Amino acid sequence: MRSFDYVRARTPEEAVEAFAARPGARYLAGGTNLVDLMKLGVERPTALIDVSRLPLDRLEKLPDGGLRVGATVRNSDLAAHPLVRDRYPVLSQALLAGASGQLRNVATTGGNLLQRTRCGYFQDPGKPCNKREPGSGCGALKGVHRDHAVLGHSPHCVATHPSDMAVALTALDARVELYGPEGARTVDLTDFHRLPENHPERDTELRPGELITGVLLPAALAGAPSAYRKARDRASYAFALASAAVVLRVADGMVTQVGLAFGGLAHRPWRARVAEAAVLGEAATPAVFAGAVDLELAAARPLPDNAYKVPLARNLALDVLTRLAPAPASL
Amino acid sequence: MGSEIQRSETTLRVNGKPHTLLLDHRRVLLDVLREDLGLTGAKKGCDHGQCGACTVLADGRRVNSCLLLAVALDGSEITTIEGLSADGEGPHPLQRAFLDRDAFQCGYCTPGQICSAVGALAEAAAGHPSQVTDPAAPAGRPVALDRTEIRERLSGNLCRCGAYPRIVEAVEDVIP
Repeated sequence: MRSFDYVRARTPEEAVEAFAARPGARYLAGGTNLVDLMKLGVERPTALIDVSRLPLDRLEKLPDGGLRVGATVRNSDLAAHPLVRDRYPVLSQALLAGASGQLRNVATTGGNLLQRTRCGYFQDPGKPCNKREPGSGCGALKGVHRDHAVLGHSPHCVATHPSDMAVALTALDARVELYGPEGARTVDLTDFHRLPENHPERDTELRPGELITGVLLPAALAGAPSAYRKARDRASYAFALASAAVVLRVADGMVTQVGLAFGGLAHRPWRARVAEAAVLGEAATPAVFAGAVDLELAAARPLPDNAYKVPLARNLALDVLTRLAPAPASL
Repeated sequence: MGSEIQRSETTLRVNGKPHTLLLDHRRVLLDVLREDLGLTGAKKGCDHGQCGACTVLADGRRVNSCLLLAVALDGSEITTIEGLSADGEGPHPLQRAFLDRDAFQCGYCTPGQICSAVGALAEAAAGHPSQVTDPAAPAGRPVALDRTEIRERLSGNLCRCGAYPRIVEAVEDVIP
């Protein structure tokens, strides 16, 4: 690891200034992914701007009934917060399905969104990887890709986004608050992470020097039934092979509101808009759910060794949708 | 300038004692504990946050000390396995339970297992749910720990000897 400068920022303004003054700098929050990548030689920052002590460690109720989560709220605290557990259970469940108790105690909300793929080729500087080194090729495409993408991938990159939290936030229509050299802005989370296309080195739409300051959860989905289910190679402490986050409101047997997102399938959390459109306003029955999810997954293009992900994701989504739909009133 | 080693003065309170050190920014807490302070209880297993052998408590919360840059912890209170029991008292109840249950073979993961269990018990008492906690359980109330809960909450600590059944029993023994 090469030597680096270290600056502890007290305000977002100070952080952005310190970052701009140091080419090759990175923001450091919990560091559970960044420090690991530095040890692996994947990240080689010249300076770390420590944002972990910025005053962004609170959850606040918004006047409209939504919730604002500060960027440095730790994953464990977010998962345990009574407002999150009561109003956005899918978020709490997704957080608790990820990592370990030790990691969740340190990892932050902002950092979780910005964690990098766990693709083995990305994490090994001795291997080709267009995300780590543009133009070097994709080792996974014809190599080991059992854990890789089945949706939205390109010949340049077949990596998946590793976060569970982001999948729940995607189903919840969350928005991300950003602050950077050009000021503050807010973007929909669905527009924040990118598909790889020709530039897999860019995970997100974050501009140079921009910092995540918070995440907004909408009032419209507060209290809606929601849940997360994840499949992995062991019972705990492993990344998703596939996962599904669902928010579902049903009235008189008809779907009145739905959010469905998949994890483990793509370069970003996969918002299932096609499936959502196919169930909204329809009867909340297993047959309708199955038809809708199949329509969404018809776009899947599995690689030779990961076709198993398609039926796995399908069954996870159907299980959660069916579980959240109230049993039909018996006549 | 490019090859210059950059350092900062950093103060850590470790097991109740303050230590002010001039630290290379690259150094992680685990290495500072073991190499500078002679506290070799926390172990280096994977060095990538995947095995839990390096688990200590930072400001009362269990963490992987291999992934924390020491400079970023300036002012923090660190508790290692060596500091779990107060001076002059016997072993911490969890240390006692691990001995009574023979909850180890080689012992390499044990300090991490015990520090992790101390943190996990505090989290459950503070009402933190886990993946296996019933989502309908009331928020903010202590969570009762059964074997399924203990196994899930300690999943960040690997034991290559496979002493898990007795580790779970040892933790069960100290549940209030």
